[in-house]
Amino acid sequence: MMNELIFFFNNVVVASIALGSIYAVAGVGVTLIFGILRFAHFAHGDMMTMGAFLAFVLAGLFATLGWSVPGLPTGFIVMPIAMVLTAIIAFGLDKAFYAPLRKRKASSVTLLIASIGVTLIVQGLIRLIFGSGAASFFETETKQLIRIPVPLEGVTRTINFTQPQLLMVLMTIVAVTVLHLFLTRSRLGKAMRAMADNADLAQVSGINTKLVVRVTWIIAGALAAMAGTMLALDVQLKPDLAFNIVLPIFAAAIVGGLGQPYGAIAAGYLIGFAESAAIFNWSVLLRPLQGILPFEVPVSITFVPTEYKLTVAFVILVVVLLWRPTGIFKGASS
Amino acid sequence: MTRRSVMLFGLLFALFVFVGIATGVQYTTLLLVQSFAYALIALGLNIQWGYGGLFNFSIMGMLMLGGAAVTFTSSPVNPGFWASEGPMLLGRAVLGLAVGLALVWGVGRIAVKGRLKAVLVVASWAAGYFIYRTQIDPAAAYIETTSGWVGGLGLNPVFGWILGGILAAGLALLMGKICLGLRTDYLAIATIGISEIIRALLKNMDWLTRGTKTVSPIPWPTPLPQDLQAAGMAVNDSFLYARLGFLAIAALILVVALFLVQRAYNGPWGRMMRAIRDNFISAGSMGKNVTQRQLELFVLGSVLMGIGGAMLVSFQQIYDPGAYQPINHTFLVWVMVIVGGAGNNFGAIFGGFLIYVAWMTSDQVAQAVLSTVSHWSTDLGWGAIPEIESRASQMRVFVLGIVITVAIRYFPRGLLPEVRRQ
Repeated sequence: MMNELIFFFNNVVVASIALGSIYAVAGVGVTLIFGILRFAHFAHGDMMTMGAFLAFVLAGLFATLGWSVPGLPTGFIVMPIAMVLTAIIAFGLDKAFYAPLRKRKASSVTLLIASIGVTLIVQGLIRLIFGSGAASFFETETKQLIRIPVPLEGVTRTINFTQPQLLMVLMTIVAVTVLHLFLTRSRLGKAMRAMADNADLAQVSGINTKLVVRVTWIIAGALAAMAGTMLALDVQLKPDLAFNIVLPIFAAAIVGGLGQPYGAIAAGYLIGFAESAAIFNWSVLLRPLQGILPFEVPVSITFVPTEYKLTVAFVILVVVLLWRPTGIFKGASS
Repeated sequence: MTRRSVMLFGLLFALFVFVGIATGVQYTTLLLVQSFAYALIALGLNIQWGYGGLFNFSIMGMLMLGGAAVTFTSSPVNPGFWASEGPMLLGRAVLGLAVGLALVWGVGRIAVKGRLKAVLVVASWAAGYFIYRTQIDPAAAYIETTSGWVGGLGLNPVFGWILGGILAAGLALLMGKICLGLRTDYLAIATIGISEIIRALLKNMDWLTRGTKTVSPIPWPTPLPQDLQAAGMAVNDSFLYARLGFLAIAALILVVALFLVQRAYNGPWGRMMRAIRDNFISAGSMGKNVTQRQLELFVLGSVLMGIGGAMLVSFQQIYDPGAYQPINHTFLVWVMVIVGGAGNNFGAIFGGFLIYVAWMTSDQVAQAVLSTVSHWSTDLGWGAIPEIESRASQMRVFVLGIVITVAIRYFPRGLLPEVRRQ
């Protein structure tokens, strides 16, 4: 039984924590932008991809210069620089595309359409510059696999995960803690929460709303680059890396309640778990119990076939939108 | 039509003539047929967004459904499937689905309230899904191993186009019933989600659509180039005349659709729709059934999308569910309507033609530009640009993004804005 439980842990728990961290970190950005600026920022996925590509270029640069830290992937070392660059670009995108529309008092729908335009521009540029093929951070380095033996009798399997997955979880914890301290302790963070609650009231109370908007883009851009780079370290780097998961990220933000960073984090992990659990073959866990079960355990019991993994997030998204559009943690409404 | 629209359509005609001279008559006829289909789809979105202010980001799903409909209707009959156990197994799956839905429906009507009811509803959905899965899984596996897929009905593709419209209408009715109450941005996200679910289904239901293995050749309603060649026509002429035949049908459908939609728009129905769009609260207080009217628009627009999607698939003669992308099939149509002018049928059609030509020719333009730059950089000693061809083919995405952001910032009402009569 222990072997099967470890198999479950490796295939569901590790996978869902890794995926959930990406959803959580990216979902926080989406939810913050919605809370402050009141529109669904569709280009968030492509900001993630852009961050990952910047990290890829920087990693290549570091490799040519011969700079590296033994034991850590170079892609991870350069991540902070990529985060800074993406934050600057996010700020620039706002200045170029969204700020003029906000000035015109355009509706949230217009901003949503503009963000689709930005999606296309960013994705087109990435494809134009990097081509449409896939790349890997681990062409010259090796991805370390961590195996932890379980000191129990009769256990042959080990708990397995990769080093990028471990770093991903650690970085998510750091990012969430820093964000929490920022939102609850700093003056600016409190101003941000006030503006998310009621923008007009915040403005008349003397909060510098322009500064809050700027900081929002910087935080969202940095978090997007972090999520994108970590995702590219875990899987492969492609021009549609994050465009494909932008809906699960929106699902995380909506399920958590738009405008609620903590909700987005919880919902991110929830959706990551639902996706991994839905395609897991539960027969593996039931087979050792065959002796006490009244029926024959089939070869495979999955909630959905493997091809429908992402569909799980879409179904959750649609169901939550219909059943409780404000999210399970009561979100903002515009 | 105003002078402005006459002038713009004149320029559009000149553009097509120019493209015809630059790329040859054959390619231009291909471009024209597809532009007519896209213009029809854009007209459909204009009904939803321009008349009703309804956000629909599930255009890709509608087009895929239309494509699946024409594939199923017009592909040759697969005798292997009908001779096997397949139809019986599928019948059981349909029965399983019916039992599951009946269970969900029945539990929904039980007179219990509160938490117990919620538990029962969730349990009934789970049980219904389980019953359906126990029947469909073996049926799908059996059909895929014995006869490949269910095959078609071998009918004329025009029936497939009609079925495409009907299926899209059914989907729109279902979507409208459950989603139209949502706020606009939530509606947008929900419709994208639904369209992705449809894509996942059609891509992976190999027994029904052959999935990524693709179905081809799908017949035309008009004679194919090969038929004309068999009748003794020269190869070059045969392509031209065959495509012109298809073009005639596509143009006829667009003109009829435009005529009907235009009449409805200028009549009392169109006035009511605009009243609802501009202020649904006051329209509701005047006794208009807002939800019902919005549902009408949603269904009507989707019918045109389904027909357009079916036409595109029959023209290309191949149904490949893996080739559908939100960028190429949803956002492209949105750009058409926004650039052309939401709320103006002629604007949507103009946008359909203009954007489709720009979309199809931008990679050739980009290739020319990139090779010029490459020559120049080689002369300067910086070396050539690698992989010009694959890069240039990505140019269209970037161009589309620039076009939509510029349009929304500087011409938010489009090139042919809605005419507001007092």
